[in-house]
Amino acid sequence: MSSTREEKAARIRHFLATEGDAVAEGTRGFNAGRYDSVEKLDEYEELKERARAIKEDAIERLPELVDQLRESVEANGGTLYVADDADEANRYIREIAEEQGAETLVKSKSMTTEELEVNDELRAAGVDVVETDLGEWVLQLADEAPSHIVAPAIHKSREGIAELFEATFELDEPLETAEELTMFAREKLGERIAEADVGMTGANFIAADSGTLLLVTSEGNARKSVVVPETHVAVAGVEKIVPSVRDFQPFVELIGRSGTGQDITSYVSLLTPPVDSPTVDFDAPDVPMTDRETERDGGSVPSRASDREFHLVLVDNGRMAMREDEQLKETLYCIRCSACANSCGNFQSVGGHVFGGETYSGGIATGWEAGIEGLDVAAEFNDLCTGCSRCVNACPVKIDVPWINTVVRDRLNRGEDGKLDFLVEGLTPDAEPGGLDIGKRFFGNFSTIAKLGSATAPVSNWLAGTRPARRLLAETVGVDPRRDLPSFRRETFRTWFERRGGSEVPPARARREAVVYPDLYTNHVHVERGKAAVKTLEALDVHVVVPDVPSSGRAPLSQGMVSTAERHAHDVYAALAEHIDADRDLVVVEPSDLAMFRREYEKFLAPKSFERLDMHSYEVMEYVYGLLHAGAEPTLLSGADDPGSGDVAAGVAYHSHCQQRTLGLESYTIAVLEDLGYDVVTSETECCGMAGSFGYKSEYYELSMDVGEPIREQFEAADAADRTVVASGTSCLEQLDALLSRPTQHPVELVAPR
Amino acid sequence: MSAGTLSAFERSLRRLDVESIRTTPEELDDALASVTLDPVVGAPLPFADCSLPDWVPTDPTPAELDSAKTGVTAAELAIADYGSVVIRATPDATEQVSLFCDRHVAVVRAEDVVPGMPEAFERFAEWTENGDSAIVATGPSATADMGALVKGAHGPKEVYVVVLE
Repeated sequence: MSSTREEKAARIRHFLATEGDAVAEGTRGFNAGRYDSVEKLDEYEELKERARAIKEDAIERLPELVDQLRESVEANGGTLYVADDADEANRYIREIAEEQGAETLVKSKSMTTEELEVNDELRAAGVDVVETDLGEWVLQLADEAPSHIVAPAIHKSREGIAELFEATFELDEPLETAEELTMFAREKLGERIAEADVGMTGANFIAADSGTLLLVTSEGNARKSVVVPETHVAVAGVEKIVPSVRDFQPFVELIGRSGTGQDITSYVSLLTPPVDSPTVDFDAPDVPMTDRETERDGGSVPSRASDREFHLVLVDNGRMAMREDEQLKETLYCIRCSACANSCGNFQSVGGHVFGGETYSGGIATGWEAGIEGLDVAAEFNDLCTGCSRCVNACPVKIDVPWINTVVRDRLNRGEDGKLDFLVEGLTPDAEPGGLDIGKRFFGNFSTIAKLGSATAPVSNWLAGTRPARRLLAETVGVDPRRDLPSFRRETFRTWFERRGGSEVPPARARREAVVYPDLYTNHVHVERGKAAVKTLEALDVHVVVPDVPSSGRAPLSQGMVSTAERHAHDVYAALAEHIDADRDLVVVEPSDLAMFRREYEKFLAPKSFERLDMHSYEVMEYVYGLLHAGAEPTLLSGADDPGSGDVAAGVAYHSHCQQRTLGLESYTIAVLEDLGYDVVTSETECCGMAGSFGYKSEYYELSMDVGEPIREQFEAADAADRTVVASGTSCLEQLDALLSRPTQHPVELVAPR
Repeated sequence: MSAGTLSAFERSLRRLDVESIRTTPEELDDALASVTLDPVVGAPLPFADCSLPDWVPTDPTPAELDSAKTGVTAAELAIADYGSVVIRATPDATEQVSLFCDRHVAVVRAEDVVPGMPEAFERFAEWTENGDSAIVATGPSATADMGALVKGAHGPKEVYVVVLE
């Protein structure tokens, strides 16, 4: 392993050991809560569509909305300031604090102020800044950075917080329970809020037409920070503006559910500052708050409310440029709910301190950091996105987070300078820049390696398994020696099919005709599942063809080699167009390839071509389900009660595949297996941890295994230990082989006639 | 407001562990007596047909606010789907009274209970167009930042809802 890989592996190992358990418990709880909460929401998909449409429109019209907002804020008696960058924002905020003669400023959590590092600026000006969100305050005491967008101290255990309080304050007796710790923090923070001169908050959304801010909290700290001091400074990214207060509605219903799995957070404030509530002057504790002295607008107005001052600081800091960037623009639709982090297998294992850049963390953070801090910062953690796509359906504004990560990866590839190793060069006939990282190039060109591997099998397998070869692979491209390599088959799926003379069902008596797509793994490695797919379809009277079609481009895409992947898309479509014209269905065994056809190809192909490929492609078990429900005879397949089913148990433990689940295809496999009499238990985990080539990489091997731990526990538990293990994806099969001591297979192998 | 909306509201409150009682303007005094702990502070009810009893002092000082155990305020709107009460930021300190005390008692008129968020937002839009502010409060203040869910982080630990029919 190279030293940087070794360093990265060590860093991941450190955070796995120190913060992994706390992060796993928190994020998995949030994620499970999200599933429960959105399940109860009848209009979930409709709300997401509306939320997306509002953000698209708002970002499109952003300059106009900024002008409108300025008028609204000024009409309310506040001030709006647009800061081009962090320095400008910080200077403005410091000047407000100085004008107020502020000694103490209380803050209600705002990621934007983290981004600006405004605390440092204020402290340098002699202002005591106090974070009032309990988690944020813990981090302030510990001098640590947030590890999660909505639960900043998710990595801290109760015991760790108790020790921190013990070490920071002179406590009469130690605090133990969460209740004691919370009440202690509440009291301490209550004192600081009471004496504060300025309250600073973020804003989740801002309405241009009325100048109203939407603030979402559970603790009530934002409410107190706004209502007690005379001066309120709100700091927010310029992308937070939406046209009107009515536009807040879908977000109010989505944000809590998406982030922490709560139907709604305790407090949703719709503030049109300066607010009408009187200030609370704890320096004059015996003067009634609603001390009506001032006459204004023909009526009696409390003097304390009329003392209020409000400043809205909108921060650009790269956002307006992101708006002009076709690929990064989607990032601006993000509502910072953390659903992408909570639904990510890797994030669940290591949390934001490994995953994160300087401020933001989770899946969408690559987009934020690339836009705000630059590619260098985004590079640190972009690798941790495996493109599994589990965050895609979790995102309430339907951002294609994996695509943003792929684009940033591509830009990083192109920005890097370096020399190619000649050894790898021969294996990499791609259209990528010379500086591309060798490891990426190796994994991205897996099609060439697979062809070579099959052509020279079994020698290639024997050679690849030797110690010098494994060392070479580890040193040049970072393939972890602990991971078994795919074993290439001399007779590929396609040559098997040709040798048997094509399909056994002639077109004349066929129910339908189908192309079984010979993806790289099915063709060169997992040939059995290809054969099983053919036999299954033929048993149901389908005429099958297995033409020579190029690989889908999934492997290069995973490495951020976008132009190479695009070339594959055109070649695949060219090879399949005539089959589609001939009304043949396209049956895909490997879910990650099906996801290419149904998702990523939209970026590469002409709309009509994409639509035709999308409309005609099926996951193999989805297709079998369709045949059975159109009247095909299930007894022609292997059921659970079939005589001769041999050592196959009727109980099945099934792990779907990330991309397959994102496409909503898991249920077809389960339905087919159950129709055939199998008793199916499905995996509860978000991801097996392998996601393509991820687990092969030496720096991520241990993380990959840690992510896979819950599925191992589930499938080895008493009620699943005897079950036949089936999984849909190649990577899942390989990961399960590594995690479990019993064999795995593709579900189509279970149902194929024996 | 239909009877269905009111019972949906009460179901949502039960899910949140928030106790609710139905009463009439005439019986408000007794109802409040049963859910308040002394010392009590309040913010005047903006309802035409009833007001807070004399024993609930309004217009508190910061010291009184700080030492009160119960805060009684109006909620000018409630949302059945979520069990939310909506507190307005008024010059007579409604927001503070609803926020600082360990127990918040919200007085809601049955006709102000709307089924869901879309209906509530029609009202919010009217209010905010006039420069007003409001807080949608759902259950007590809560945090899980200290390792387990705790009620009463910065705001009330308990919420009671009195529905006026």
